[in-house]
This record gives sequence, C-alpha cells and structure tokens, in this order.
Amino acid sequence: MKRDNMKHNGKFGKYGGIFVPELLIPAIEELEEAFYKFKDDDKFIEELNFYLKEFGGRPTGLYYAENLSKKLGCKIYLKREDMLHTGAHKINNAIGQGLLAKYMGKTQLIAETGAGQHGIATAVIGAKLGMDVKVFMGSTDVERQKLNVFRMELSGAEVIPVDMGSKTLKDSINEAFRYWISNLDTTHYLIGTTMGPHPYPTMVKYFQSVIGKEARKQILELEGCLPDTVIACVGGGSNAMGIFSGFVDDEDVDLIGVEAGGEGTETLEHGATITKGTEGILHGSLSIILQTEEGQIRETSSVSAGLDYPGVGPEHAYLHSINRAKYVPINNNEALEALKLLCETEGIIPALESSHAIAYAVKYAKKEENKGKTIIVNLSGRGDKDMFTVAKELGVEI
Amino acid sequence: MNKVEYSEIFEKSNQSNEGIFIPFIVAGDPDYDTSLEIAKLLVDNGADALEIGFPFSDPVADGASVQNADIRAFNGGMTIKKCFKFLKELREYTDKPIGLLLYYNLVYKFGIDKFYEKLKNIGVNAVLIADLPPEEADDVMIAATNHNLEQIFIVSQATNNERLKEITKKVGGFIYIASVMGTTGARAEVELNTTELIKRIKEHTTIPTCVGFGISKPEHVKKVLSAGADGAIVGSALINIIADNLDNQDEMFSKIEEYVKIMKKSTRG
Repeated sequence: MKRDNMKHNGKFGKYGGIFVPELLIPAIEELEEAFYKFKDDDKFIEELNFYLKEFGGRPTGLYYAENLSKKLGCKIYLKREDMLHTGAHKINNAIGQGLLAKYMGKTQLIAETGAGQHGIATAVIGAKLGMDVKVFMGSTDVERQKLNVFRMELSGAEVIPVDMGSKTLKDSINEAFRYWISNLDTTHYLIGTTMGPHPYPTMVKYFQSVIGKEARKQILELEGCLPDTVIACVGGGSNAMGIFSGFVDDEDVDLIGVEAGGEGTETLEHGATITKGTEGILHGSLSIILQTEEGQIRETSSVSAGLDYPGVGPEHAYLHSINRAKYVPINNNEALEALKLLCETEGIIPALESSHAIAYAVKYAKKEENKGKTIIVNLSGRGDKDMFTVAKELGVEI
Repeated sequence: MNKVEYSEIFEKSNQSNEGIFIPFIVAGDPDYDTSLEIAKLLVDNGADALEIGFPFSDPVADGASVQNADIRAFNGGMTIKKCFKFLKELREYTDKPIGLLLYYNLVYKFGIDKFYEKLKNIGVNAVLIADLPPEEADDVMIAATNHNLEQIFIVSQATNNERLKEITKKVGGFIYIASVMGTTGARAEVELNTTELIKRIKEHTTIPTCVGFGISKPEHVKKVLSAGADGAIVGSALINIIADNLDNQDEMFSKIEEYVKIMKKSTRG
C-alpha cells in the first residue's frame, strides 16, 4: 500500500517506519504535513531561532578542555549543551516541537520522561507558549526524581505517575501514546528523542541538528580543520543524532555513540541496545531493541536514567548497519569515574548521561593509535540533577 | 478439528438475521488452565468465533483491562510457546473461527513466515496485528496469503475513505471497526459517530464488519447491529469479570457463562 498522503515513508535503510495503531495514522499524517510545511516557513524559522537564542541560550560554546587534553594527550573539545536553559540539549527539541504544536493549533503538550529532563523542557516551553502540559512518568521514576517532579509542577505541568509494567520510561511512553490516541484533536505528543514512528526520528533530529551545525562551524574556526572523532552518549539517541548530523557527510570524521553498559554487558543490567540488542519493533519503529527470545521487551538498567531505555532511534540502527557510526558500551563505574575526572580537571559537572561519552573519550584517547587526535565530545547536559545519585554511588551522605 | 471459515458464519448469520458475537480474552489470563476453561465456556455458551490475544510487555493500543490481563498471564507463566499450545488445544475443542490479536514484535521476532506457517498448522483463521498499519504490512500479507490466513485490519472514525479503500483491498475475514478514538476498554455508551462510521463503510464494501473497543452491554450490540454491522467484539468487559473474580473460580465461570448468553442473545434482533 502506498503512502500517498505523506512526503516520506520514514525509512532509514530498513529501519524506521510507522508501526502504530490505525487510530494514530491520521495524527501522524497531520504532524508530518505540518513539520515539512513549517520547517521552511520564514515566520516559524524566525520564531524558532528567537526562542533558541533568547529562551534556550544558544549558541553554546565549543570549549577546549585544556587540562583534560594535556592529561590524555589529545585535543578534547566539549560541546557545551550543559549550558542551556533547563540544563540539557532536550530544550532544543522541546522548543521546536512546542512551537510546531502551537502553529498546528494544538492547545496541549504531552511528554514522556524518565529522569525528568525532557519533562522539564516540555513543561517550561509549555509555560512560555501558554499551553497545557501533561508529563507521563513511571511511578518508580517519580519516586526517584522527586526534585524534577517538583520543578515540572512549578512550571504548571501535571505529572502523571504511570503504574503499569516496569513503571519506568518505556511504560511512560506507552501511556503517553494511549493518552494521545484519545485526545488527538487538542494534543501534540512531544516525543523527547529520535525514536517513535515517522516523522519523529527525522523531526527530532532536525530540531537537534543545531548542535552539529554549530559544532562544525566552531571547530573549523578554532582548529581550521574537522575533528578526527565525535563522541556522544546514546539512549534514544537525540543528542548524538544532533551532533552526528553535522559531520555524517564528512567521511573522515569517526562517529562514536556511547551506550549504557550498566553493570556490564555480560549481565542483563544494562541499556546497551545496539551493542547487545536485536531487530524488533518498539514504540512505532523498526530498530534495534533489547528483548527476550520470544520478543517481549526487556527491562534495562543504568545509573543514568536518560540512557535507561530498551530501544534506540532507527537512524542510529541504520548508521550502525552501514558502519558509518560505531557504538560502544560504558558501564556505571566508568561513567562515575569520568564524572569525577571532569569535575576535577575542568571544573565542569557533567550529567551522568554525558559522563558516558566522557568516559569513552578517555578510553579512546589512551589508545596509542589515537594520540594527538582532535575529539569533540557532546556534553549533552549538566550534572546538577544527578547529585543525589552520584553521592549515593560514592557512599557520601548529603 | 476442522475449522469453519468466517465467511461461513457471516453467511449463516445473515440467513438467520442475527449478528455475530466474538468474545476476546488474553491467552493465559489468569493462568493457562483457567484461561483454556474460559475459552471453552465462551464456545459452549454462544460465541460465534473467538478472538485470542497473546500477552505483550508493551501493549500501546490497550487500556487498563487488557494490560492487566497481560500482566496476569505473564505472572501465571504464559509464554508464546504456551500460547501456541493454547490455540492448538482450543482448535481441538471447537471448529469455530479463531482470530489472533497481538503486537507486531512478537510476530517479527518469531519470523513472519514461520509464525504464519505455525498458525496455519494449528488451524487459526485470522490475525490482527494491533500496531501494524496496512502500509507496513507487505511482508505479513505475503505470509498470510502463502499460508491461507486472513489478515484483519482496523478502521476508525479517523480513517478517511481513501485509506478505507486501500484497507478493503487487503483485509480478510472482516473489517474490525474501532468504535471509539481511544484504547480498548469498556465504556458506558457507544459513540454516535460509530453508527455513521458503520454506514460509511457499508457504502464502500460488502466485506463483513465487526465492532469492537468499548462494547460491553447488550444495548451496545443492538445499536451497532441495527446500524448495519455484522457483529460485535467484546473484550474488556469480559476480562473485567475475570479480574473481579480471581479468588472464586466457580463464581467467575458462572458469571462469564451468564454474560456470554446475554450478549449472544442481544445479537438476535
């Protein structure tokens, strides 16, 4: 059956697509049409750029981490997404989709959230644009992330605890889809990462591609040449896709996605989807997922809630399949060590998610063949939100 | 046992001027043995065909009733392997049409062709994959054709005529009409638009239609049948009886029996 009503089929190689209940199809078509219409609309672009700059805090710096570089014998640059409003790259996409929803005439935004970063980003843009916000959050996460729940509620969002299944991120996505099916006329589902049915992976990448565009321009200004390697952490994969998109056509630039190795990929306590997963369909697209022999979706584990997801964006699965990007796991301890290292050497507290990318950069830089290389690490978020977790992991009481 | 085709039961019901009643349960809810007993009860008390769900970890199209049924089935030790065994035992018990309702990943992981071959060997009639719209269904359609199974698709109020036309080209068995814009689950009323939707579909095709999502009472059944539908599918209301009587099996069985009889009766004008 042809997809006459849509511009694209949302496929990246064999991955991606639109695997949703029939009831959602008209909403998906409406969203695709609006996205392709407004992304090239002058007024929309002007407003988007205004909010990214004045509300979000763009552009972010490309910071030469001199102390760390000297220690490792490489040139390490950090793309400072941690400096953005609400503390992570999530705000780029929330601004983009929030505005789009407004242009579509929607009055309500819904979002899923694990750690709460995407929930907060959605809550603040909802407040700014005068839209109602409902955030679905697994009840386990609600308990673990009380502070972020409070931040969302302060911005006027309603946080809805999800008590089904594993009571974490994947279940909050299920519940957000269910709510959306019942409220299509008024509501836009603001998915926080490059997963989901088409057009989400493409749309979220588009709104996050500002990271890669800036970074490419900045490194050319600073170094006069492209980097050897770009490293970013991958949960669903939006910050990685954002920065990769700036370099994916530069074949000499190595792209490395860092997944949650949790307690080790030899255990079941991890979120290393591409490293350990197999092909399957979850949350609207064909990609790589963590599943049982019988195709039930597995529960995952990571010290970093943002990487604690059994799926990955379909375009990452594609980049992996054509060997354009490489995906590696970093376990909890390595990430914690990297967090401490960056605090000590550079005075920057990275989010636990981003600490996975830092940790791999350290590992990578230590290899003889990589000495002297120029590396950009996407510092996707700041670590303030993680302080209780980190203290607990380090055995410190605060 | 041999299987009766959907076309045969629709033909028969047309002649006798009554509607088709299709109950839905999740295989293994609350455990394998009880679930099989329930399925047999449905067959014995008036079900014209059966819709069987495979439990899935992430059922996005389902409301709380079916989600909880899935969880009970898992807790009761249900696996896909046992689901196949369940269907086999059910087929040995009845020749009535058996349709499967499940999520795509279970089929994909098993291997699409292998999955359909297995269903054919068991004697299943049809498959409905909740998260597989027709545009993505090419591989599944090939397997369904090869193994002589009917592929059922859902149509909702939001499905426009253009899509409806495409769906009627692919659909086998019957068109599954979703009576509400929402997830599965019992509701107090049947939405007015459902009547219009049934009429709209009837203008486009002679393929039989059955209405599901939110049908729970005899008056719902009467309403959709009088609007021109050929049958009604009831899941959550039935599953709620299971959920409410977990600690008293006799009560559970007698309530199910009574409910199925009443619902079947409501299909007879």
